[in-house]
Amino acid sequence: MRFIFKTRYEQDIELFQHGGKVFWYGLLMAVLLVAPIFVSPYVLTQLSQVCIYAIVAVGLMLLAGFTGQLSLGHAAFMAVGAYTQGVLVTAGVPFFVGIACAGLFAAVVGVIVGLPALRVKGLYLGIATLAFGTIIEEIIARAEHVTGGNAGLMVPPVNLFGWRFADGPSFYYLCLAFAVASTLIVINILRSPTGRAFVAIRDSEISAQSMGVNLAFYKTLSFAISAAFAGVAGGLYAHNIRFLSPDQFTVIQSIELVMMVVIGGLGSVHGAIYGAAFLIALPQAINAVKPFLPLFLSEATGLQPTVFGAVLILVVLFEPLGIYGAWLKTRTYFDLFPFYRQGMFRRQKAFQKSDRLK
Amino acid sequence: MQFVQLVISGLAQGCIYGLIALGFVLIYKATETVNFAQGELLMIGGFAGLFAATTLGFPYWAVILVAMGVTATIGFLNERIILRPILGQSAVAIVMVTIGFGYMARGLVTMIPVIGTDTHTLPVPFRGEVFRFAGLVISAEHIVIIAVTILLCGALAALFRYTKIGIAMQAMSQNQLAAYYMGIPVKRLSSLIWAISAAVAAIAGILLAPLTFIHANMGFIGIKAFPAAVIGGFTSLPGAIVGGLIIGVVESLAGFYLMEGFKDAAPFMVVLAMLVLKPNGLFGERLAKKV
Repeated sequence: MRFIFKTRYEQDIELFQHGGKVFWYGLLMAVLLVAPIFVSPYVLTQLSQVCIYAIVAVGLMLLAGFTGQLSLGHAAFMAVGAYTQGVLVTAGVPFFVGIACAGLFAAVVGVIVGLPALRVKGLYLGIATLAFGTIIEEIIARAEHVTGGNAGLMVPPVNLFGWRFADGPSFYYLCLAFAVASTLIVINILRSPTGRAFVAIRDSEISAQSMGVNLAFYKTLSFAISAAFAGVAGGLYAHNIRFLSPDQFTVIQSIELVMMVVIGGLGSVHGAIYGAAFLIALPQAINAVKPFLPLFLSEATGLQPTVFGAVLILVVLFEPLGIYGAWLKTRTYFDLFPFYRQGMFRRQKAFQKSDRLK
Repeated sequence: MQFVQLVISGLAQGCIYGLIALGFVLIYKATETVNFAQGELLMIGGFAGLFAATTLGFPYWAVILVAMGVTATIGFLNERIILRPILGQSAVAIVMVTIGFGYMARGLVTMIPVIGTDTHTLPVPFRGEVFRFAGLVISAEHIVIIAVTILLCGALAALFRYTKIGIAMQAMSQNQLAAYYMGIPVKRLSSLIWAISAAVAAIAGILLAPLTFIHANMGFIGIKAFPAAVIGGFTSLPGAIVGGLIIGVVESLAGFYLMEGFKDAAPFMVVLAMLVLKPNGLFGERLAKKV
């Protein structure tokens, strides 16, 4: 067990609390950097996908996990980013300008979607964002002269200063850089007064307001930042998939994005990354075990949603903090060995809280 | 004439939305959770009815009863097994559990060999019949939908108004803790509410079957029922039906008079307007948290 002896206030907000963390994150980074040498091109593509989804996940985590605003329309933000990037790059705009525009445009849409958040909350907000998501999807499908509509839109590979990041290692490094940068940005936001305001809003709107947090401003800001991340991820996604069509960004996708952060662990940045890895790894894992299953199971198309749903239910029932919670328990077990107690993380039995008290 | 025709088909479609929304509202009023798997319960009801009608050869009324029975059991068990343990957790947790249940239901149905992945027609006694009335052409399916919805609403209203259980449910939806102190078995009632709401979804599924066929993805219609519930106010049973009718008519008119694409987006535009102007819906009670 490690005790940190704090001598300065700055230690409270340091990025790495102690040397051990520097070591482990450094090791992780090193492994990720040399990964292209060791893994097959297919796995590398999947790793790029994980990086892209990690960007969406940290953004969504900021909104859902730290500000407490449920969004069932995040795929639409990704769509806005992806199409902005696709259209701009096809028109000859440089990559970085395109991705900045993708993020910005998605943020603007995020502000518009966030406006109902000022009046409604909880489930109503979920339904409002769901409605927005559907409308945006419909707009993209109908604006054929810009987006190609249901016929789809081809996106060229990334071209940076005459250097093509077609696929393989170069594109992977690009995605990795974006993912690390987004994670750092989110961690830094959370250490700042803005992040504290977000968490205050999540825990209690009324007390946050009494403490002088401007609800309208911070909720909109949270939506904007979260949407910007989704937009940037959408831009990378466009280059990765190379072909965009509206049916890649449906309500189902949005719900899967929320599932990703819930399974990863609501309220932790680690959880966002775990969730992204899970979302990409699950179909692969299912494919890997398929040869060992009886024929009627392995042929079934419904296997993946069933497993996904089951995992989601099990996570909410038994591990409310998701994969991160499981990791936390394991770590504490070894930290405290042999003094770990069974009931250490037991949830307190709660009465149903009502928002309808008069 | 065209207009009236469109309104009537919109009303029929709206009744379906209304019935699904009714399921949302029943559960929301009693337990303050939203069941995102309502559409999937509708789908299960449809398949159960299909099984009863084709394999067992039951008559139409028995088909409805079988579908209701099957989904009611599933709804009951759903509440008992996966929802009760997380009572009191955050709304997101409960929403995610119902979404997970919906995913599983859809996945499991597609796993049934041959049947699960196909599109089926439910044999109904009134298939293809039309009534002509003062220049209007009304199909029998639409009339049946509207009639059954009216009957069902009457039955539910009577249940809540005149029976002991119904009154207990009303008490529970007003204040769970107080109801518990008065000796109302809150836990058992909330299982029962889930069963009723699932049965309502099954009826909607059987009614919808002649219009859209039965297939594993028919549950996605549940997404369109959210606007209906919000417009009605999410806490009002008549509101759910009225909201459903509004959505149905708007969709039907938008599909004919506006450009292509508006048909699917129109319900969501209406609900956004509603949320901005009157977040509590047409008949909803004002929600305010006591500090």
